[in-house]
Amino acid sequence: MSLWKGAGGGAGGCCARSSSSVVAAAAASCASSDRGGGGQAPAAAPQLLAEAARPLLPPSLPRSLPGPGAMSGGAASAPKPLPSSGPKSLREMPHPLATSSSEEMGPALTPSPDLLLPRSIADKDLSLPNGTPVDTSSPASSSSLLNRLQLDDDLDVETRDLFVTVDDPKKHVCTMETYITYRVTTKTTRAEFDLPEYSVRRRYQDFDWLRNKLEESQPTHLIPPLPEKFVVKGVVDRFSEEFVETRRKALDKFLKRITDHPVLSFNEHFNVFLTAKDLNAYKKQGMALLSKMGESVKYVTGGYKLRSRPLEFAAIGDYLDTFSLKLGTIDRIAQRIIKEQLEYLVELREYGPVYSTWGGLEVELSEPLEGVSACIGNCCTALEELSEDMTEDFLPVLREYILYAESMKNVLKKRDQVQAEYEAKLEAVALKREDRPKVPADVEKCQDRVECFNADLKADMERWQNNKRQDFRQLLMGMADKNIQYYEKCLTAWESIIPLLQDKPETK
Amino acid sequence: MPAGLAPARSPADTPRPSPAPGAAMARPEPGSAPARSAAAEPPSPMESTEPEPSGSRPEEEEEEEEEEEEDEDALPAPEQPLAAMEDCLAKKMEITVSEAEKRTGRNAMNIQETYTAYLIETRAVESQSEGQCAPVESLWRRYSEFELLRNYLSVTYPHIVVPPLPEKRADFVWHKLSADNMDPDFVERRRIGLENFLLRVASHPVLCQDKIFYAFLMQEGGWKEMVNETGFQLKADSRLKALNATFRVKNPDKRFTELKHYSDELQSVISHLLRVRARVADRLYGVYKVHGNYGRVFSEWSAIEKEMGDGLQSAGHHMDVYAASIDDILEEEEHYADQLKEYLFYAEALRAVCRKHELMQYDLEMAAQDLTSKKQQCEELATGTVRTFSLKGMTSKLFGQETPEQREAKIKVLEEQIQEGEEQLKSKNLEGRDFVKSAWADIERFKEQKNHDLKEALISYAVMQISMCKKGIQVWTNAKECFSKM
Repeated sequence: MSLWKGAGGGAGGCCARSSSSVVAAAAASCASSDRGGGGQAPAAAPQLLAEAARPLLPPSLPRSLPGPGAMSGGAASAPKPLPSSGPKSLREMPHPLATSSSEEMGPALTPSPDLLLPRSIADKDLSLPNGTPVDTSSPASSSSLLNRLQLDDDLDVETRDLFVTVDDPKKHVCTMETYITYRVTTKTTRAEFDLPEYSVRRRYQDFDWLRNKLEESQPTHLIPPLPEKFVVKGVVDRFSEEFVETRRKALDKFLKRITDHPVLSFNEHFNVFLTAKDLNAYKKQGMALLSKMGESVKYVTGGYKLRSRPLEFAAIGDYLDTFSLKLGTIDRIAQRIIKEQLEYLVELREYGPVYSTWGGLEVELSEPLEGVSACIGNCCTALEELSEDMTEDFLPVLREYILYAESMKNVLKKRDQVQAEYEAKLEAVALKREDRPKVPADVEKCQDRVECFNADLKADMERWQNNKRQDFRQLLMGMADKNIQYYEKCLTAWESIIPLLQDKPETK
Repeated sequence: MPAGLAPARSPADTPRPSPAPGAAMARPEPGSAPARSAAAEPPSPMESTEPEPSGSRPEEEEEEEEEEEEDEDALPAPEQPLAAMEDCLAKKMEITVSEAEKRTGRNAMNIQETYTAYLIETRAVESQSEGQCAPVESLWRRYSEFELLRNYLSVTYPHIVVPPLPEKRADFVWHKLSADNMDPDFVERRRIGLENFLLRVASHPVLCQDKIFYAFLMQEGGWKEMVNETGFQLKADSRLKALNATFRVKNPDKRFTELKHYSDELQSVISHLLRVRARVADRLYGVYKVHGNYGRVFSEWSAIEKEMGDGLQSAGHHMDVYAASIDDILEEEEHYADQLKEYLFYAEALRAVCRKHELMQYDLEMAAQDLTSKKQQCEELATGTVRTFSLKGMTSKLFGQETPEQREAKIKVLEEQIQEGEEQLKSKNLEGRDFVKSAWADIERFKEQKNHDLKEALISYAVMQISMCKKGIQVWTNAKECFSKM
């Protein structure tokens, strides 16, 4: 891609091929990094394996890469080439499985490592792709990407070009199992999609699959959480209307978050998830690869200990710890309130009729007492609505954010691992410094990976912070609104019986 | 002292220049029920009692006086209620229970005990000379003395629904409030209840004229002795013994049976209501207090947030306010519960009247039965002998011990007894009729009072709920504003 190429040239004239390898290394286990691979036909699997094993490989690539200091020099040139994404990329995209086409593009795609350094939001987001097809998209989508980068998560509809909704849950009863599918409808103007509209049915495990895929292919990104699986049978009725609806909302939110993400929304697995008629076939295809992947990642991550987390990530870590702690407390409080409200409701339901019974005993007081009884009845209804609203609207969002914080912590952990790996290598090199005057390329690559990871993570964190702020503002305002509505309903009920109580003596 | 009480009970009203209509909640509105004859108590009986040396009167006399009153009661006098109102002690005197004090003293067994004494303040209201301000009389009474007064009243005026005392021990209380007798909150609520009791008695057309009651208000020393001298205890005891008889009444008065049924139902429904209300209050307390936790968490959370921090922090403050607001709300509600509680105890008073009626009915039926059996006996004796009984036989009875004479004598005794019995029955019938009349009059008065009071209570309850809703709306609106700034 021209943008990368140009920047790479500016940074120090490394050849396309070398930079591509570096980027691939930086992208670590990105599934789409196969593009940046050596150009073999069955690119994906070997390339990924290579990625995973890279730390163990001897430096086989040119060492023309500058050190960190020099790298930062290239930052300024990074944003400029963005709009120049070639039309070629349109052909590039059609199907994620079409590895052959990505081969051709491989070299062109890879950016120079210098580019991975930039710190501004825009730059970071650009550096996120790491070989993912983001930058290969049509000018239209890239401009929308730019828009999104600027507006971040401003929910401006005009800048969007991908709309996904989850609705119409359906129960399927087979001999083997019973499950719910949801309709996933996609409307898009993005060129990566053959059609402007898709409608597929997916079940929870498909969403789960998607999430796993995203996590594997975009390890440096924060993947939105899925609603909990609720494995405990019997406790929750998985087929109850409320449960299905709550889950539908959460799944909808999940896809919307991916859709809004400048990188994740271009993920090929996501594309497949939205469009494939038969997702299972696709899933099977990826199986073998998946298991190998998992192993290699595990292998890499073991054994290294991080020396020191950079301050900002340490801060994020601390923040997340406190955040999930507080959110956990809020979740417990909210649940407790709902429990108290329901118990209150039980008593209130008994309380109202007592007035009615009493009314039956009295002659003159009958009407006022019945009035009070009816009024309490109205309050019961209002209370019921309140706690229903809280259960359906408030709790799920809290849960999502608790899980979100967990996702974030996982990404943070992965980042630490990548850094640890780099540090370990650096240490190893330092021991042999006498023999080799230059820093080996794989160490460089490792460093790039760290930088890349950091940039992605920070961008995602920032995006997440913004989302969080908006979501919580909305959530808490919603809570206040619901409570206000509740009190207004009760107020109306009580005010309406005042004349009933007062008029009597006057009319007498 | 929380606000929101019925104005009549509020100590804020203590210096009452003229008893407001609300102050005499016990009293029905004048003229609203012309047939309310109980209120038509003419002043004559009271005047007649006053010159008498207090405490020296034997029991019978009092009973007679009572009957006298009842006779007067029976006359429906539509224009009299107003006059009776004027005569009410409540109109002539301001009565307040202004203070409660914890004391330690020695009881009859010379054992150290702690009790609460209540300061009763009275001040005569001179309607003629407005400028003059009568001096305030005050004395201390213990709860047990109130109890004694009420016992005396209920025994002495069996046909009257005697206002109940506030509970001795906290009952049906929402559990956050202490049930301890010495708890200041409980003492305060009892103080209000006792004042209410005195006001109710003082505004009762019949009870207000009782001199023992008057002495209770005015004469600190020797009052107990004075009450005991009336011998009401004896009556109470004998009545207690006869209690089991109440189940064997053959021809119960339908109205009283219904009333008894009503008071049973009323008692059960109010006690149920109070129980549920206590639970409702408990849960409501929980709902509010758990919200208070938001206050803490929001504040802690705000520490790690940048843009959201301020909004969260101040919203947390509003949550604290919300949680704290329930204390006042429930304290206020407790007074509503107290109002209902009074009627729970009134139900018992109502039942007591029914029971006394049954007792009277039973006495009557027993007397009638006795009379019938004696008449039967007499007839048997008469038919068993050929002789007809004459007055001469009586003299022969004194001398002769022969069987016919004996028989004759027996018949004579029986005849006398029959005559006596018939008179007794007649008087008992009369007494019963009077009782029914006057009791019913008082029950009617009570119903008026009850309808009025409970309507007031319900209104104040609704007003309280409204203010609670408004508070809730306010707090959440404030909180929402904070959230919106996040």
